[in-house]
Amino acid sequence: MRKLSLDNLNKFFAAVAESKTIYLPVDQKDGSAKYAKWAEGTEWSNALNTVRSPKDLFFPQTEDLMEFKTEGKNIEIIDIRKESEDFVIFGVRACDVKSFEVLDRVFLSEPVDSFYASRREHAIIVALACTRPSETCFCTTFGIDATEPAGDVSAWKTDSALYLKANTEKGEAFLKSIEALTEDADTAEVDAQKTKTAEIMKKLPLADLTTDAFGGGKTEELWNNPVWDEMSQTCLGCGTCTFVCPTCQCYDIKDFNTGNGVIRYRCWDSCMYSEFTRMAHGNNRLSQKERFRQRFMHKLVYYPENNEGLFSCVGCGRCLAKCPISMNIVKVMKKIGGDK
Amino acid sequence: MQKITRDQLITKAVELLSNGTVSAVLGWKKGEFDYDITPAVFTTEEEINNGFVYNDFCGANFSKYLVAKTKKLEGKILVFLKPCDSYSFNQLLTEHRFDREKVYAVGIGCEGMADVVKLKNKVDGIVSIDYNDDGMYVDTLYDGTVKVDYAEVMAERCINCKSKKCVAYDELLGEDGEVIDSARFDEVASLEAMTPDERFAFWQGELSRCIRCNACRDACPACTCEKCVFDNPGSGVENKAPVTSFEEQMFHIIRAFHVAGRCTDCGECSRVCPQNIPLHLLNRKFIKDMNECYGEYQAGAEVGSRAPLVDYTEGDLEPGEVFERGENDA
Repeated sequence: MRKLSLDNLNKFFAAVAESKTIYLPVDQKDGSAKYAKWAEGTEWSNALNTVRSPKDLFFPQTEDLMEFKTEGKNIEIIDIRKESEDFVIFGVRACDVKSFEVLDRVFLSEPVDSFYASRREHAIIVALACTRPSETCFCTTFGIDATEPAGDVSAWKTDSALYLKANTEKGEAFLKSIEALTEDADTAEVDAQKTKTAEIMKKLPLADLTTDAFGGGKTEELWNNPVWDEMSQTCLGCGTCTFVCPTCQCYDIKDFNTGNGVIRYRCWDSCMYSEFTRMAHGNNRLSQKERFRQRFMHKLVYYPENNEGLFSCVGCGRCLAKCPISMNIVKVMKKIGGDK
Repeated sequence: MQKITRDQLITKAVELLSNGTVSAVLGWKKGEFDYDITPAVFTTEEEINNGFVYNDFCGANFSKYLVAKTKKLEGKILVFLKPCDSYSFNQLLTEHRFDREKVYAVGIGCEGMADVVKLKNKVDGIVSIDYNDDGMYVDTLYDGTVKVDYAEVMAERCINCKSKKCVAYDELLGEDGEVIDSARFDEVASLEAMTPDERFAFWQGELSRCIRCNACRDACPACTCEKCVFDNPGSGVENKAPVTSFEEQMFHIIRAFHVAGRCTDCGECSRVCPQNIPLHLLNRKFIKDMNECYGEYQAGAEVGSRAPLVDYTEGDLEPGEVFERGENDA
């Protein structure tokens, strides 16, 4: 394990930024945080989490895919992809790191999404252990250890230092590149922090939440549950939960007429929207109840069914904090699971 | 802290449900942490006793729900209206958006609601909240019990409350209040005082955070189109792609134009915004302009009133004057 004095933090960012772009959580004017590029003078936020998850950096909300230019009867197809360069995502929480695994299974299985894959290959993830989880956190429900985040490098921040441990070859190369700023360290301070955080995790209000009622094979059992009627009745049908969610991965592909050609782009879509997966015959989910059910069944039943039991929720709590009517996956899980 | 209590509302709801006046109750349902309250439809006394709550986090405006809920319902639905909700209620009636006969409205006084974002910026790890006369006592994960004054966490829209008067109800609980001479246009005036470049930079900074979740539109009681233009793929204005600089600005500006004269300034747009964009300021600018150009007008103050933009009087501003005003105001 290596140790970086917090006094050297800016030197560290500057050293990394010489060769790679670093994205890290920074405070916004309203008190919330977002991922932004580091530049001289950028302050690393202390926020537990960002409003938008770091999935944006692999799967941006809108992205141009290709361009068509027409001249007379000729159509030219232009690949407008920019080759990615290596970049660092710094300060990713354990839940968000886990969300990349959920996204990988969608975008990196055949047919591989080359846009996503390219960014994923070029990214170095420096994950940060939590010390002050929020009441809305429930990552332990999904087997995530917030004190031992995955990623290429795991990091622990104490009052005076940042401890760094490489988990992958990429991570080792990264630590090597900043070796001059760090020193060898034992794990005593990190172990103490982990023990302390683990105690807090046990006391979180949602610590007892389980996934027992969910998983692959539950479709028939849960499909007609009256809970869907009851819980969806005041859902506004907005896309907040899906757009702040680190694992929501649905998108739409559209063409934009530029006047002398077409730009084909994709943008995030939301199963909460009335136009979601609209087909020639119309929409296959006509009521908000059906859309609501789709979102939770996807995360808690369909996805695990297709992915060896892996749930597509990581317990980050963003939807708990942001839903305009405070309806969320925890309430659904408790209602169906019998308050567990 | 609210003067109206949960017990008062439960008693009223159960009474109206059991004597057959209503068949359903639109109310607030308790959540996990005392602040995450969900609007819900209750149909039995048992449901009400188990889940109905009322406290400083019951800011949601129920008026818009009546559009959908009254359509399907047998009998009447009970709705509790805070003063600002009652303005939206009247405005929806003016626009014939629901059947008044299917609603039993109980007006309730309001002492101002808390803003959960303000509270969370002050207190970490909220486990539960106790409401006392001198403030909220917040039980936390890290700092024991923290006392928070109501004024410290009061929502902006409530600090600048325009009226404590319930303008629509079948029955009133507690005492009615008065229309307030509020300072709600002060922030608009400070935006007007900026140079055009400063103002553009201000709005660009705010609107660039927009994620096009449409929560502002979906919560807005003035946005009740059966089919929103932004939900129509054939319209050329997409509902989910925010990044082109045209759309992130135009979505909100088009919406503000569309609700001009109909917006009651309930503030739901800003409350629900996950990015805390002060969207209500756009609407207030319209209200302020209309007041200045056409005389004071409050949407929803009464049923059937004609908004200045859809009404004609001889004293109306001449187009030339509007043009000149635009030149000066840039």
